[in-house]
Amino acid sequence: MEFSTFLQHLANGISLGSLYALVAIGYTMVYGTLRLINFAHGDIFMMTTYFAFYGVTTFMLPWYLSFVLAIILTMALGVVLEAGAYRPLRDAPKISIMISAIGASFLLENLATVLFGGRPKAFPTVKALTDSIQIGSVSIQKLTFAIPIVTLVFLFGLLFLIHRTKTGMAMRAVAKDYETAGIMGVNVNQTISKTFAIGSMLAAVGALMWGLKFPQIVPLMGIMPGLKAFIAAVIGGIGNIKGAMIGGFILGIGEIMIVAFAPSLSGYRDAFAFIFLIVILLFKPTGLTGEKIAEKV
Amino acid sequence: MKQKKTLLTLIVILILFAFVYGANQFLDPYKMRILNLCAIYVILGLSMNLINGFTGLFSLGHAGFMAVGAYTTAILTMPDVVKTQNFFMVPMIKPLDTMHVPFFFALLIGGIVSGVIGYLIGAPALRLRGDYLAIATLGFAEIIRVVFTNIQSVTNGALGLKGIPVSANIWWTFGAALVTLLFIGSLINSSYGRAFKAIREDEIAAESMGISLFKHKVIAFTIGAFFAGIGGGLLGSLLGTIDPLMFRFLLTFNILLIVILGGMGSMTGTIIAAFIITIGGEALRFLDESMTIGSLVIPGISGMRMVVFSALLMMVVLFFNRGIMGTKEITWDSIAAKFSKKSLAKGGDKQ
Repeated sequence: MEFSTFLQHLANGISLGSLYALVAIGYTMVYGTLRLINFAHGDIFMMTTYFAFYGVTTFMLPWYLSFVLAIILTMALGVVLEAGAYRPLRDAPKISIMISAIGASFLLENLATVLFGGRPKAFPTVKALTDSIQIGSVSIQKLTFAIPIVTLVFLFGLLFLIHRTKTGMAMRAVAKDYETAGIMGVNVNQTISKTFAIGSMLAAVGALMWGLKFPQIVPLMGIMPGLKAFIAAVIGGIGNIKGAMIGGFILGIGEIMIVAFAPSLSGYRDAFAFIFLIVILLFKPTGLTGEKIAEKV
Repeated sequence: MKQKKTLLTLIVILILFAFVYGANQFLDPYKMRILNLCAIYVILGLSMNLINGFTGLFSLGHAGFMAVGAYTTAILTMPDVVKTQNFFMVPMIKPLDTMHVPFFFALLIGGIVSGVIGYLIGAPALRLRGDYLAIATLGFAEIIRVVFTNIQSVTNGALGLKGIPVSANIWWTFGAALVTLLFIGSLINSSYGRAFKAIREDEIAAESMGISLFKHKVIAFTIGAFFAGIGGGLLGSLLGTIDPLMFRFLLTFNILLIVILGGMGSMTGTIIAAFIITIGGEALRFLDESMTIGSLVIPGISGMRMVVFSALLMMVVLFFNRGIMGTKEITWDSIAAKFSKKSLAKGGDKQ
């Protein structure tokens, strides 16, 4: 393989990896605070693309405005989801919450199918981002560079929020032990709502860039990216934001490289993530950067 | 008393046979299809309840095991002609293309292959706990599906298999459901069953009482996988066609719902829930068709059924999260207690 082709694959891998990472951070935040796998995260991701699609096509908004609106609507959706499907079950057995999460995901998928139709729609193109530029003999979409930059900006913003602000401190307190945090004067419900809003915002940003990169949207499109982002979060050590980032990159680059170096295995592309996940879990049961969980009797 | 109970059980089984006979004679094919599906979901629900409800292992790999059972059974029962018709893209590999066994043995082999794969997956994965086990088993089920999509010379890939001989009828499905019930029921009431429940309640306490965690977890997982394979084989044979897309996570979710609705750790609950969910899903079909009320015509929205169905399920999870039965069972004792109302001091049951 020529070096320039390799670089192109690497750039693609990094940009796919950053998308996974963005969505994975949302998973990790929710898991960190509630110890809940938010199965509906992938479907929130899907809803964003439809919000943006209708903003541009039906309401004729300029793309940036419709993207911003889509992000805001998605954040609201995340908050509503938490209040409706997870809050009533906060003290219920864990399995009920997980079922509720799967149920919410199922409901969103079916609702989207009824509302938006099952047929694929074309996501609006944004010339400023989807144009290609020529570097030497390789042509690469501008988006390929934009995605990692956006991801890094959000990552640093989030790290600042979590470690330097009062909201972040409340989030960390709730993540540690929400009952005690509540006794100490943290508004637990509000903090969890904020966590969901931020998590959904990251999913929304990821979804918009996903839509630009793979411009075809269907109601079930959130499942695979959702699962893979989740796997990325677990590989990195769930509950850890930097871990989610690392996991996302490993997964994205790995996937692209498998297809690039062994085209005969490209059918197994979706299995790669799972195989990798299982191998990691068997050797490091809490992920690459995960802390050891103390056993309580 | 014990003889009396056995007699009562036999009577119920006879009534069931009479019911199956009657259904076979008088019901139309559509209703028969639903009844068959109910019985298959009873098998699947019971096998998943053994793993998730009784042993407390949160496993989401059922669709994968079903796929293994369904494909094995289908490949072993399809006639040569149908096989060559199916495999027009890539011919089938050598020994499989002319291999045949009767339906019963094909089903059994399907279950065994699925059980073996369950063992191979379970042995390493059962070191994980809770959410991590759930994710790993979900991953295994997806891997099985991706592999089945890609090994075209064995499974015909994404095209799936068509023209599988329809050997499963109501006798097969209800018979298999009964065998599953009796087998898992006696397993649960044996010393193994008590060990499973001990592991569910508290792993560490169970281990310090001398229960081998690994052994019992693997046993529950393998037996669950075996019956999932049987259920898958019956489903494939009933529908006459299978493809990898059938065995997505959604299928596991359906079975999980049956287990949750019935109550984690209640076999009778699972049976009731299997019937409710299967029949309920069909009963909501009117939502997809247009309705006429007086002069008002409400156009049908296809897909509405699934929205209402999933919304109802969300309600169930939110408002009765212990399911219909919790961990209780309907047994002869509990029925007798309902009627006799013995006082607690005389050994009556607290109901």
